[in-house]
Amino acid sequence: MVGITGYGAYIPFSRLSRKVIAEAYGEKGGSGEKAVANHDEDSLSMAVEAAMDAKADEGDFNVDVVFFASTTPPYKEKQSSAIIRSALDFKRNIRATDVTDSLRASSGALLSAADAVKSGEKSALVTTSDTRLGGAQGGFEALLGDGAASLLIGSENVLATIEDSKSITVDITDQWRSTADDFLQSWEERFGVESGYNQLVSEAIHELLTSNDLHTTDITKVILAGPKERYQKKLASTLGFSEEQLMAGHENLIGHCGTAQAPLLLVDCLEGASPGDLIVMATYGSGSDAILFKVTEKIRSYSPRMGFAKQLQSKRDNLPYTTYLKWKNMLPVEAGRRPEIPQPSAPAMYRHQEQNLGGYGSICTACETPYFPKQHVCAECGAIRQMEPYKFTDKKGKVVTYTSDYLAVSPDPPSTFNVIDFEGGGRMICEMVDYHFDQLAVGMEVEMTFRHLYEAGSLHNYTWKVRPKR
Amino acid sequence: MAKSIADQVAVVGMGCTQFGEKWDKGPEDMILDASVEAFADAGIESDDLDAIWYGTLLTSGSGLMVSKTLKTGFIPVTRVENKCASGSEAFRNACYAVASGAYDVVLAVGVEKLKDSGFSGLPNTDPDPDGTRPNISAPASFSFLAPAYFEKYGLTREQGKEVMSRIAWKNHKNGSLNPKAQYQKEVLMDKIMNAPMVADPLGVFDCSGVSDGAAAAVIVRTEDAHKYRRNPMYVKALTIAAGTGFGAIHQDFDFTSIKENNAAATTAYKQAGIKNPQKEISMAEVHDCFTPTELVIYEDLGFSERGEGWKDTLNGKFDLDGELPVNPDGGLKSFGHPIGASGLRMLYEMYKQFQGKAEKRQIEDPKFGLTHNLGGRPWECVSFLSIVGKELG
Repeated sequence: MVGITGYGAYIPFSRLSRKVIAEAYGEKGGSGEKAVANHDEDSLSMAVEAAMDAKADEGDFNVDVVFFASTTPPYKEKQSSAIIRSALDFKRNIRATDVTDSLRASSGALLSAADAVKSGEKSALVTTSDTRLGGAQGGFEALLGDGAASLLIGSENVLATIEDSKSITVDITDQWRSTADDFLQSWEERFGVESGYNQLVSEAIHELLTSNDLHTTDITKVILAGPKERYQKKLASTLGFSEEQLMAGHENLIGHCGTAQAPLLLVDCLEGASPGDLIVMATYGSGSDAILFKVTEKIRSYSPRMGFAKQLQSKRDNLPYTTYLKWKNMLPVEAGRRPEIPQPSAPAMYRHQEQNLGGYGSICTACETPYFPKQHVCAECGAIRQMEPYKFTDKKGKVVTYTSDYLAVSPDPPSTFNVIDFEGGGRMICEMVDYHFDQLAVGMEVEMTFRHLYEAGSLHNYTWKVRPKR
Repeated sequence: MAKSIADQVAVVGMGCTQFGEKWDKGPEDMILDASVEAFADAGIESDDLDAIWYGTLLTSGSGLMVSKTLKTGFIPVTRVENKCASGSEAFRNACYAVASGAYDVVLAVGVEKLKDSGFSGLPNTDPDPDGTRPNISAPASFSFLAPAYFEKYGLTREQGKEVMSRIAWKNHKNGSLNPKAQYQKEVLMDKIMNAPMVADPLGVFDCSGVSDGAAAAVIVRTEDAHKYRRNPMYVKALTIAAGTGFGAIHQDFDFTSIKENNAAATTAYKQAGIKNPQKEISMAEVHDCFTPTELVIYEDLGFSERGEGWKDTLNGKFDLDGELPVNPDGGLKSFGHPIGASGLRMLYEMYKQFQGKAEKRQIEDPKFGLTHNLGGRPWECVSFLSIVGKELG
């Protein structure tokens, strides 16, 4: 039976308190916080992190099909899932698809992944991520958060089988972003909730339950992804679900993470699930996909690398509002007196793909000394061109020395640079992110993290940095 | 190992502009000022030159910058670049050309016009076509030396700050005695230690001055030197060690010393016949781009035992009136660091000291002087060393 064979989450380290937003405008109130992608993160890089979180053991990580679901991909034309494939070091002969433009992109991708497995593919990855923006001081600014989730789909070692699904598709102009919009637009909220969300989600769930001969009371947990938590609660009650059955929303913890909202709720749900549980997940966006899962015995022996709950606790929660605005390019700031970053060279990016995206250096086959970046001549034994690719991204490292650079231009100064020595050999000079300043020390442990370096000349550049072990 | 050209060539004229933020001077002005001073000092005219070596990092491309400025006619001008050691590299090549017998009179000139760029600090000049290399500033690169050194030798951050500040304090004090220095004021220890951060733990006063300037030297064979002056400066050793980038890729490099410095020093001492640098070297100009660099250089060049550099610093060993004065002219720290000019500026101080013309900075009867010029970053650099002397033999 086809179903979920693994799952992971990614919650960015930085959180912005809604009270801080309110205070910035001289207002009172605001409860909870939202997760904010660092200035060097975007939907693509977070999708890679979420996928890595789903890798439960040390073995090879590979799939036959990759779906990237997001309404905020970096490019309109250029495949994000191809970059993701390289970053995750999946084999080349796989199918990769970007699914976008709807908050139902994630459930659409999940159902397509299940179809792919049903039609003979061994395994599929759905990694989903969003970084939507609301205009400053608006309701969406407070509501929307950044986050990512990933689901592995297969037919062996299934944690939760996909029992059935029902979809409703209806065009409704309740919220949108045109190709020219930076910020989320919407019609009057009540119109979307009453005519769209309440009706379309109800319809999908109703069909799903009826055709499976189930009652609301048979369902262990229901996920009603949608506009705001109070509407989710109201709809649950209208449908006849109890408060305990409704999967508690993440609005106050991380905000509404777009198309990743439902999968994040599902990951959270699976972390606490027991064999036999029936889970209904409904998504919303120009209709609704309702999917029925049944949790298996295998759930007991699975855990992601870190998962949702632990990442929720690992955070920096003192983000100033102005820093948030800078990270989101919403605050025009004075340019530093440093040279502008030039557009990266496309041929060089292509040549160095294995190194920059895959995180590979080389290892000398004569004396087994690893190097990053890749070397041609061994610095240890002098062997010429006796090198094989050597992967660094899954290695643990320690800080040899460090500095915080106040001269380098950064949306989050100072930039902290480190010399890192890896377990098993090899060294890297790289930037550290997502740290607490007083944490910095010679000998501290770090792990690698995939990041969006910058955008220059409309090209996005990605590579690996380090962060303290989260 | 390369053959020594000890005592085969001599410097018979030198020039150096005042260093600083020269808003009113272009590179041509500064090349001319330094060259004309050197010509007058040597008693020659530009027509007497057989060839020119020209060092600059960023200011121009080819040697045409110099031939167009000086109107030297159709003699060769070779532009060399070896990062912050470009001026020294021009000097080294010029010396070898004279020693070879191919030319009789050559000019080595270095210039940098940094203050036209509008940037703080230096731009990164290494190719990085895919743009993924961490954009680490120069101070941050050298700042790596500080926590590593403190950790290895058991210094607290506060002790470390004091040692670094003591180096800056010394170089500012020396610079205050130098009318050609960019900064001619003493700075209090307290102010140095509490200055705003540039690259933690380096504050503003731990960094050398970003400046404009030029310096030049006229070089002839030793046998001809007395035709030009009675007190030339003799070249005893010249070397440049280009690193393999080992420090960036190998765990054996611990960021408390710079291998290239070691290699250059070993070669240079051999060429000059120096057995005990602490005793035999009378004075040194070293590449104090940032204060921890100078600290590490003391140990790399054998001026201090390993792990003792910080104590020697605090004990005043390298002060102007200390056992081994380092950076008597103020160093990069206080004289300023116009890249291509710096290596020749260091030699200019040696030259003036030997001739007894260093005024308030005068060191008593110096015999051997050392200049050390570093280009790049601690983990991958070129290290230049020269040893120069007042007398033959």
